[in-house]
Amino acid sequence: MSRFKKNDKKGLPEISTSSLPDIIFMLLFFFMVTTVMRQTTLFVQVKLPSATEIQKLERKELVGYVYVGAPVNTMYGTESRIQLNDVFADVDDVAEFVEIEKNAIKEADRPYYTTSLKIDVETKMGIVTDIKQELRKCGAYKMSYATRKNID
Amino acid sequence: MAKKVNEINAGSMADIAFLLLIFFLVATTMNVDTGISRKLPPMPDPNVDPPKVKERNIFVVLVNKNDQLLVRGKPGDINTLREEAKRFLSNPTNDISLPEKNLTQIEGLGEVWISKGVISLQNDRGTSYDMYIQVQNELTAAVRELRDELSINKFGVKFSDLEEEDLIKAIQKAIPVAISEAEPKDVGGN
Repeated sequence: MSRFKKNDKKGLPEISTSSLPDIIFMLLFFFMVTTVMRQTTLFVQVKLPSATEIQKLERKELVGYVYVGAPVNTMYGTESRIQLNDVFADVDDVAEFVEIEKNAIKEADRPYYTTSLKIDVETKMGIVTDIKQELRKCGAYKMSYATRKNID
Repeated sequence: MAKKVNEINAGSMADIAFLLLIFFLVATTMNVDTGISRKLPPMPDPNVDPPKVKERNIFVVLVNKNDQLLVRGKPGDINTLREEAKRFLSNPTNDISLPEKNLTQIEGLGEVWISKGVISLQNDRGTSYDMYIQVQNELTAAVRELRDELSINKFGVKFSDLEEEDLIKAIQKAIPVAISEAEPKDVGGN
C-alpha cells in the first residue's frame, strides 16, 4: 500500500501552470483565424470617408484595391496619386491592373470581381471619375466605395 | 513493470505560444472591408443614341466644385436630399411632375407599381470625394428606406432582415437602385 502514498511535504502547493499554454493557444488560434495580413504598404494617405449605408464586401479574394490619396512622403508632392499594389500608378495603369487581378482568380468567379476604391476624403472627384471611366472601359463594373461606418 | 517515463517539461510551451500570440496580435488588422456598392454602366455605344428619358422621370442632382447641391434645378441641401429622393421615387400622390409608374406583376409580391424614375448624379471634377460619398449615401439611404417600407408592408420585416432569396429578389425588382452616375462632362471653371 505504500505505493499510493504521497510524499507528504509541508508548505503551500504550487499553483499548476500546466493549463496556461492551453489558454494562450486559445487566444493564439483566435488571432490566427481573424488575422488578415496586410498585403501592401501604403504610400498614400487614405482616410476613408464615413457613411451609414454600408455593405460588407464578401469574399475578399475577389476584391482588388485601388488606393488614392496624397503621398505620405511629401517628396512625391501633395497632389492625389493612385497606388496599385506596391507602386504609384497612373490612370492608364488601372486597366492592366484589373486584368492581372481578374486573371488571378478562378474563371467561374470572374464576374464577381469587385474593385474597392479606397480613396482619401480630401481627394477631388476628377481623379475618381477618371478611374471609374477606366474601370468601365475594361468591363470591371462591380465596384465599391470603401467607407467607414458612421457612428452617430 | 512499466518504467517510469519522465514527463516532458511543458513549461516552455507557454512561452512559445506567447511568442506566436504576440506575432499575430501585431500582424492583425481587424478591419472588415465595408463600402457603398455600385454597379457601373457599360460604356455607351457611340453608334446608338442614348435613350430619351422624359424630364419628369429624371431627378438630377448636381454637385459643384464648392460642394453645393442643385437638385432638380433648385439649390438643395444634403439634409433634405433623402426625403426628396424618396418622394421622387415613390411618387405617392401621382403628381404629374414626378415619375410615371408601371403596374407590374412580381412573383411573391403581386401587382406593384414600379417607378420609372432615375436619379442622375452629376459632379464636377473639383467636387470633394467626401461630399460625393455623402450624396451617394443619402441616395442609397432613400432606396433602402423605400425597400424597408415595402418589405414591412408586405412581409412584416425589414428588407435587411429578409432571409429568403426569392423575397429579396422580388423587393429588389420592385424598387431598383435607379442611381445613374452621369457620363463625365467637361464643364469649365475648375
